[in-house]
Order: sequence, then structure tokens, then C-alpha cells
Amino acid sequence: MESLSNKRKEVESKPLNFWERIYLPSIFQGLGITMKHFFRKPVTVSFPEERREFSENFRGMHSLKRDEDGRERCTACGLCALSCPAEAITMIAAERQKGEENLYREEKYAAVYEINMLRCIFCGLCEEACPKEAIYLDGDYVPSEFLRKDFIYGKDKLVEAPLNQ
Amino acid sequence: MGLADIGIKFVLIVIIFAISLVVAMYSTYAERKIAAFFQDRIGPNRAGPFGILQPLADGAKMFLKEEIIPTNASGFLFIAGPSIAILTACIGSAVIPWGQKLTIGTHVVDLQVTDINVGILYIFGVVSLGVYGVMIGGWASNNKYSLLGAIRAASQNISYEISMGLSIIALLMMTGTLSLREIAEQQHGFWSHGWFTWNVFKQPLGFLIFIVCAFAETNRTPFDLPECETELVGGYHTEYSSMKLGFYLFAEYINMFVSGAVMATLYFGGYNFPFMHHLGLSENWVTILGMLALFAKIFFFIFFFMWVRWTVPRFRYDQLMDLGWKTLIPLAIANIIITGLVITFLNR
Repeated sequence: MESLSNKRKEVESKPLNFWERIYLPSIFQGLGITMKHFFRKPVTVSFPEERREFSENFRGMHSLKRDEDGRERCTACGLCALSCPAEAITMIAAERQKGEENLYREEKYAAVYEINMLRCIFCGLCEEACPKEAIYLDGDYVPSEFLRKDFIYGKDKLVEAPLNQ
Repeated sequence: MGLADIGIKFVLIVIIFAISLVVAMYSTYAERKIAAFFQDRIGPNRAGPFGILQPLADGAKMFLKEEIIPTNASGFLFIAGPSIAILTACIGSAVIPWGQKLTIGTHVVDLQVTDINVGILYIFGVVSLGVYGVMIGGWASNNKYSLLGAIRAASQNISYEISMGLSIIALLMMTGTLSLREIAEQQHGFWSHGWFTWNVFKQPLGFLIFIVCAFAETNRTPFDLPECETELVGGYHTEYSSMKLGFYLFAEYINMFVSGAVMATLYFGGYNFPFMHHLGLSENWVTILGMLALFAKIFFFIFFFMWVRWTVPRFRYDQLMDLGWKTLIPLAIANIIITGLVITFLNR
């Protein structure tokens, strides 16, 4: 019968011949192969001392951006939280008061913005969903911690450092 | 035998004991490093420079772990198992000749704990006692995996001891002695009367059978069925923890060291090395160099054990038994017959 993919290969199951049955030639062949690897350069990257280079579109830790005047861009619309497949993002919105125009760009801002880094899968959908270009996954990888609660990152860790005056 | 001789013997015993323990300790480190290199990794490198303190860290960990004796285990035998395993591993080195005689002042020091005239039989006795440690431990654990591992160990060791013994008989027919010292002396130098003096060149088939059996006797891959992590959890030491587990693992490495020494002595000339009497060195220097040569051979064998471990996959149990009974024993018998014919008709 003609096979659909034309990739069918007849499998042979001949009984082993003498040299195959005494194992030794194949064992020596195997020893040769492992010996070749013995002298090969290790591929290990000793992490804390050496670091692997990130690709340009590496998705690491999130950062909440500021605009050119140093104001937070986030308007707490919640689209990032909605788009998040791992449900890692929560936020509480607040209204901008008078005199805070230099802090927040929009009239509404996120008073609390938390990402659970243990839930986050670094898919980047929050970045795509954001209408204000406020969140980007442009950071390093998330460092290790001893307690689970330390993996819930608040605004103190997420918001970009203020512009230098 | 004066008091001084007894003192020298005592020191020698302590030194050999210490050396086998240190070699076993660093074999664990070497195993991890070598495994890493074979797999393009770099291995342990955090404890001390290049990780050379790793065995100490491992040992400290072993001692600090909780000591667990299962409720349904047989208490005395459970402790006796690892003790027997490490004891039999350690006493095997007593008859190995580590070098020629060393002259210190007026004393002539024989670098061998005891030169009994049935040295090989002694080694075989110790090796077959070794299986009791595994068997008792596996049985006393009262765990089906341990028991299966122990059964495998027992049947495997008994099967391979037969072909090991038969491969040795051909060698003994040539040497005419059971004393390891005399066997080493007979392989003096490297070349004489138009042929190599080392037994491996006179008994290549016997050596092949012997080394395969040595792999089986020390429970190393490809014959590590008694441990067999993928099938039996941990084999005979499933229920063991703390230093009792450490003893079992340690015994394996000491066994490797001793079997490397036995193979070097029986087949690779022991402490003899090429041109040993053409270098114009004094006797003591030749002895010391010979000792280093012996250790180099032993380390090569240990390396070879590890090399094979990280190359060859484990045999299936029926393949193991087939190889032992249907291949190695007939081969060993054929080897005896050929050796006998050569000795009779060519008178060599």
C-alpha cells in the first residue's frame, strides 16, 4: 500500500551477527565516542560569575515606565491584568488629586500594582495589551528568594527610577 | 620477628588502610568530575579550588543525616549489613604486593602486609564474603525492592565468581603459584626471551574475562542491577540512610580500588615497569618508582571503570545471566584448554 507521507521506511529486524552478539566492537566504539566528549570544551555557564547573553527580545522582569516628564504612564485600566493568562497581576486604582500632576500622567493611576513573579510565565501579553506603553518586560531575570511572599513585587520594585533632574 | 618488625608492619597496615580510604574518598569526587567531563559539563567546583573539598563535604553531610532504622527491619542484621560490606572491602588489600623491598638503615621493609602463599584464594574468599554484606542488608530491610536487589546481587556475584575463578586457573597454570608476590616477580621488567613478561600479553582472553567479571563483582555499570535506580528505587540500600548508606557506597569504591590493584598485579605486572633496571637507579628508588607505577595502573583501572560506566547502558537481567553462564564460562574453559595445550606442546 502506498503510504500517505512517502516517509515510510521498512524496518529490518535481522538477528544479530557474530560481531554484534559479542558486544565488544560496539562497546569500544562507544568508549571512543565518550572519550571524544571528554576532551570537548564544557558547555556549562557558571551562573553567578558568568552570565549567558540575553537575546534582544528577551522577556525578563517587568518595569512600569515613566513618560518624558518623569510621570508614571500607568492609568490602571486593568487590561494587563485581564490579558494575563496566569492571573499574576492585580491592581487598585486611585484618582489623581490636585497637585499630583507631576507624578501621574493620567487622571487615574494605580495606587497598588502587584505582580506575583511565581505565577508569571513571562509571555509578554501584558506588554501587548497595554494601551499606554506603561509596562515592558525589559528587565533581568527574577532573583531567587527564600519566602513566597517576597516574590510578590509591588510598585517599589516595578516602577522605573525617577528621571534625574 | 622482632618488636621493630612488628612496629613496621603495623605502620604499613595503617598506611595501606589510610590510602585505600583516601583513594575511595577521592574516587567519589573523580567519578563526579569524570562523569561531568564525559557529558560536556564541569562537575563539582564550589567546595575549595576545583571542588577538591567536595568529598569532605559529602562525608560531613552523610554523618549529619538522620539515622533511620525502619520499624519492621531486623535491627541487628540491618546494622551488620553495611559493616560487613565495608569490612570485607577493606581487608582485601592485605595480600597485594605494593612494591619490592625497601631498605631503611638496617631494616628491610617488605611492602606487603602479608605474603601468604594462597594469596589469590584469600582474595577470592574475601570477594565472596563481600556479597553477604549486600544480601544481609537487603534482607534485613524488609522491603521488596531491597530484597530484589539483594537477590540479584547474590545470583550475579555467584555466577560471575565461577568464570572469574576459571579465568584465573589458566593464569595459575602458567605461573605455578598462588602467591601474589611471586606472580608479580615473574612479570619482572617488561620484555624478556622475545616476548612481553606481563601476563596480559600471555593471557589476553583470560584478562578480558577477568575484567568483565570484575565489573560484575563490584556491581558497576553495565552490571549494576543490584542498585538499578530505574527499577528498584535504590536496590539493596533503598532503606538505608546516613553513614550506613555511606558505608555501602564507600565499600563499592574500595572494591574498585582493590580490584584495580588485583588486576594490575595479576595481569599488568604489578609494581614492575619497563626498563626498571636499565635506568641506573638505586634499589630504593626503583622500589618507589615501582610503587608509583602500580598506583598509576590502579588509577587507570579506576578511570576505566568510570569510563565504562558513563558509556555502556545497563544489561537486562536475562542478558546478564546469559553472558555469565552461556558465554563467559565456556570461554574460560576454552581458555584453560588452550593454555594447557600450549604449555604441554610448546613448553613455554
